[in-house]
Amino acid sequence: MAAVQGGLVDASEEKDIKTEPSSDGCGNNDTNDARPLSTSPGSNAPGGNAKTSSGSTEEQQTLLAVLQFLKKNNLTESVEILRREAGLPEDSLDLKGSDSSGASSGGSAGGVDGVGVDASALLSRVTVSSSAGVQAPMKTSGEDQPDVNVVLSAYSQQGDPALYETYYSGLKRFIETVLDCHRAELSQVFYPLFVHMYLELVYNNHENEAKSFFEKFSGDQECYYEEDLRVLSSLTKKEHMRGNETLLDFRTSKFVLRISRDSYQLLKRHLQERQNNQIWNIIQEHLYIDIFDGMPRSKSQIDAMSGSLAGEAKRDANKSKVYYGLLKEPEIELPLDDEDEEAENEEGKPKKKKPKKDSMGSKSKKQDPNAPSQTRIPLPELKDSDKLDKIMYMKEATKRIRLGPETLPSICFYSFLNAYQGLTAVDLTDDSSLIAGGFADSTVRVWCVTPKKLRKVKSAADLNLIDKESDDVLERIMDEKTASESKILYGHSGPVYGISFSPDRNYLLSSSEDGTVRLWSLQTFTCLVGYKGHNYPVWDTQFSPHGYYFVSGGHDRVARLWATDHYQPLRMFAGHLADITCTRFHPNSNYVATGSSDRTIRLWDVLTGNCVRIFTGHKGPIHALAFSPNGKFLASGATDGRVLLWDIGHGLMIGELKGHTDTIYALRFSRDGEILASGSMDNTVRLWDSMKAFDDLETDDFTAATGHIHLQDNSQELLLGTYMSKSTPVIHLHFTRRNLLLAAGAYNP
Amino acid sequence: MRFILRYYVHPPVYYMFLGMAEERRQKQCSVVLPTESMKAMAESVGVGQLQEDSCVALSEEVSYRIKEIAQDALKFMHHGKRRKLTTSDVDNALKLKNVEPLYGFQSQEFIPFRFASGGGRELHFYEEKEVDLSDIINTPLPRVPLDVSLKAHWLSIEGMQPAIPENPPPATKEQQKSESTEPLKVVKPGQEEEGTIQNKTQGTTATDGKGKEKGMIRLKPRSTHELSVEQQLYYKEITEACVGSCEAKRAEALQSIATDPGLYQMLPRFSTFISEGVRVNVVQNNLALLIYLMRMVKALMDNPTLYLEKYLHELIPAVVTCIVSKQLCLRPDVDNHWALRDFAARLMAQSCKTFSTTTNNIQSRITKTFTKSWLDDKTQWTTRYGCIAGLAELGPDVIKTLILPRLSVEGARIKAVMEGPVVSNIDKIGADHVQSLLLKHCASVIAKIRPQPDNVEQYRSDYGYLGPMLCSHVMKARTQAALQAQQVNRTTLTITQPRPTLSVSQSGLSGSSGPRTPSIIKVPSSLTLMSPRPGTPSQPSPPATKYIVMATSAGAASTQQVYCSSNIGVTTSPILL
Repeated sequence: MAAVQGGLVDASEEKDIKTEPSSDGCGNNDTNDARPLSTSPGSNAPGGNAKTSSGSTEEQQTLLAVLQFLKKNNLTESVEILRREAGLPEDSLDLKGSDSSGASSGGSAGGVDGVGVDASALLSRVTVSSSAGVQAPMKTSGEDQPDVNVVLSAYSQQGDPALYETYYSGLKRFIETVLDCHRAELSQVFYPLFVHMYLELVYNNHENEAKSFFEKFSGDQECYYEEDLRVLSSLTKKEHMRGNETLLDFRTSKFVLRISRDSYQLLKRHLQERQNNQIWNIIQEHLYIDIFDGMPRSKSQIDAMSGSLAGEAKRDANKSKVYYGLLKEPEIELPLDDEDEEAENEEGKPKKKKPKKDSMGSKSKKQDPNAPSQTRIPLPELKDSDKLDKIMYMKEATKRIRLGPETLPSICFYSFLNAYQGLTAVDLTDDSSLIAGGFADSTVRVWCVTPKKLRKVKSAADLNLIDKESDDVLERIMDEKTASESKILYGHSGPVYGISFSPDRNYLLSSSEDGTVRLWSLQTFTCLVGYKGHNYPVWDTQFSPHGYYFVSGGHDRVARLWATDHYQPLRMFAGHLADITCTRFHPNSNYVATGSSDRTIRLWDVLTGNCVRIFTGHKGPIHALAFSPNGKFLASGATDGRVLLWDIGHGLMIGELKGHTDTIYALRFSRDGEILASGSMDNTVRLWDSMKAFDDLETDDFTAATGHIHLQDNSQELLLGTYMSKSTPVIHLHFTRRNLLLAAGAYNP
Repeated sequence: MRFILRYYVHPPVYYMFLGMAEERRQKQCSVVLPTESMKAMAESVGVGQLQEDSCVALSEEVSYRIKEIAQDALKFMHHGKRRKLTTSDVDNALKLKNVEPLYGFQSQEFIPFRFASGGGRELHFYEEKEVDLSDIINTPLPRVPLDVSLKAHWLSIEGMQPAIPENPPPATKEQQKSESTEPLKVVKPGQEEEGTIQNKTQGTTATDGKGKEKGMIRLKPRSTHELSVEQQLYYKEITEACVGSCEAKRAEALQSIATDPGLYQMLPRFSTFISEGVRVNVVQNNLALLIYLMRMVKALMDNPTLYLEKYLHELIPAVVTCIVSKQLCLRPDVDNHWALRDFAARLMAQSCKTFSTTTNNIQSRITKTFTKSWLDDKTQWTTRYGCIAGLAELGPDVIKTLILPRLSVEGARIKAVMEGPVVSNIDKIGADHVQSLLLKHCASVIAKIRPQPDNVEQYRSDYGYLGPMLCSHVMKARTQAALQAQQVNRTTLTITQPRPTLSVSQSGLSGSSGPRTPSIIKVPSSLTLMSPRPGTPSQPSPPATKYIVMATSAGAASTQQVYCSSNIGVTTSPILL
């Protein structure tokens, strides 16, 4: 396809459309002076020197305001300059003349309606930008949120509020009349334009106009933006904008659209012809239009990818290389007393399956070219007990049932009774021997689901009495008196939303509304560490598959990577525009996936802390993530009841599984990756043929370069089974090492 | 010491929260609190005169903040894996905003707001009870709630969901309904029901479902019809108890049919059992068994988890047979087969109400059948009675359009029998019953549609022979109506409801001499219903006769008397449906 060249858009054109992607708050205002000259329609606007007289009083007021602001911030130098310039009328005129071509890209409003506010707007912008260098260091102090005033400053210029509706409906008319092939693409512009125009109206205190604008056009927006529109509609006053997160998201990050070159040219020409500066300015300032060469996309293609808070991912955001392969398993001496079968395994050292069956990504002793190097991130040394566990794992793996559409797994359901709606998180150990639940009453409870009881280690005094040389010392250190089927861990002061066992079953992590992540010992059943860093509720946490590291994410929109022996995070993954709702480690521990309320999924590189993938397409907050056992694919489930499948290597959506009617809280691949199980609030467990979903993809002509996907609607074919529980939402799923599916949830009578 | 919990919520605030919590799809966003709420709240904290302007400003601000908090609270609800917003979610959302949460306002379930209005103001408030601490201290501790526990069960075994109490019944009523009323819907891909149906029949599709995925045409998978051993056992027990001699057992069995959720798979068997049973026992004139079978039909219809539409082709003929058959018992002159006809007619009316659709037209077909045989001159009194009963149960509209116009003709016929010279005793009884039936059903309808005053002559000219009696009935009905407003209809209705079966089953019991062997039902598939002659209840039971006499006289008597007779029925026969 022609779209391969998409990345090679010539530089001048590129600049024309994109402005600096610097989106963090403090640096925000220097985008103004750094913006390249543009050939925007604003430059030929006649409004530039039309009615300077009418604008002069207004101008003066603005100047005064700016001066006051600068003085307040002790920016004497800037004040001097500004005063000098303002005091000399010809100077200011000069300035206007020289800048009107440059800065008007953002500044000139009302070119059409002829209201001459150009000059004042320009001035205010120029002054702000000239002082930005001085301002910046001061601003950063003590503010982790972008300063609202700065963020909003771009809204200060305005056109005639009454004309907003005319502009918008004019554009709407235009887009409705363009060729069908362009219409779907251009329609993407509606939503961000609508939001920005509405916010501009609100910011400039045109409440009534804003309201009627909203009422008139909000119905036209795509249904998946409903949630955001609801937030928007409640925002009717300038004062409300202060501290409103949704608004800040919109202002700080540019809404990304992917539009084909033809469609873009069409839009540009139309706006230039009509001299529709208002809209053009918004497109220039607040949108990031990612232009590609080739066929315009169809409506369904666009719908599949859109829906996130800030538009689609930029194409280059998903270009970087991801090492999605698995790490080589360490050589382990296997006891020779076992049968031949085990011996055979020993050679292959398969992590996820028997060597004879190579279904997904064949594994051999050779290093997978897509795998990261063994030492890319430092991993903990294997202990003796870990090796024993690996051996156990392999033994179990040989007894594993090979699943498929013909042989579905049996499902064992663990119902939590008498939970009184308070069960908020569940996790099972990899060997399925322990199950832990986090509860709304701040407790964490651990059950043993095998006949073995849970025992504490004896007290220090008693431990001294033990003969340390004896063979069964590990048995002797346990206190028989404390044996019970379940243990309760007290320590949190708010509902426990995330829970995770360490791979070696010695530790348990829990994250809570109280803003902490706690590490518990499963030997002594006490809290070992409280990791403080998130000051807001921590929605999820998970141990790395290799132990030692863990990730957490919460309301503060930052995911943190921790090591159990550091009480400061090792990495902070910032970039999401809303709460991080779930976190998952890649099977090779080198990457972390986070799902968020901004309806995107991001994949982060643990080594560098960079965001290497952004997946958009969900229409609701994401509540479940699962990596396929071979590390190639990612499945995600959201409140919209859909499961989406992603190819990590190519950064593409490859499947959509529809069927659930409520939020999906649990996703899990079978041990061999052939079956995907999903559990939802609608009380069902569904099984999907993931093999088929991935196979279909590989036979397809893979348009990886364009990123344009054609999703087949084959959910019904992929659905292998639906199992309804009586009245128990499914909030956790787990495949045992032998591929028995375990589900868990609280019974809601 | 006394604690006072104080909390006011005004209707808009309350509904706003409800609206956000339920995530309604409609736009409810532009709701702003009325200024009166602001005033009321201001007064409650001691601010007397609040300016109108400040009220407006305040209400906008407050509305916005409340919406903000509700949105955050929703987040907590989602992460709490709940569908219901609780007060703790709101508390947590407040905490997030660094606002002190509302203490002492915890509630897992619905918040018991009380509503008050007065002086043009409406108020929802949380009832502030003065709590006396000493009382609390002195009351014994409540029982500790049960601790959280873990229970495991099989949700699925190799793709098949086992039918155990922990799992939901295999097919819900809605599903059964959609399956039977809209069979095409299941074929279309992408339907919601399909998943569950497919799941239900996973065993069959998994093996032979290879080719089913491709193409537009998807065959509906065969459903399994084998019953598990437990189900077979259950079926045997139930059917035996239903037609057996032990009344207590029968009551239990019927109770089970009427309430148990998982009977869906056995439904075809039950329906065959009933239809075959009726066929055989009608021929043999075994009244008691017919009654038992009709009670089974009633129980099946009462079961909230069953949808009988698919089995009506077997059940309706059986029921109609019990309504209109010429002879239902060995001695029609003494046995109370009338009650069975009444009871079956009621069943028929019920199934018309539930299952009649524009496609199957049950009601109109049934009406036609009844009318046709009623209009036939050669029809026997028994069948005639059944037809009228069947029509009358369909409701006042049917009575008005179909029965009332024929009252005079029918009256003449009755007169011919009652006052004519030579008639068989059987005909006389028949005519007598038809008369009382007509009076009973028509009186209430006429009382509704006919304006006062009730003139005997007028009635005679309008309705012929039955006129005078009808007149007195109508007058009774009117006085009753005047006396207890709308209660009249209901009482008569409830009284008549279980009556026939009661008395007859009584007759069945009292009439049967010694232990009566039930019809033999062994294997569901090869169903042979045999009923040995000697066991048939043929003796007329005194209470039943008494009831009928009363009822006949009740034609002129008040409902009170009917009620009285019903009391007798109850006391003499302790068997209840």
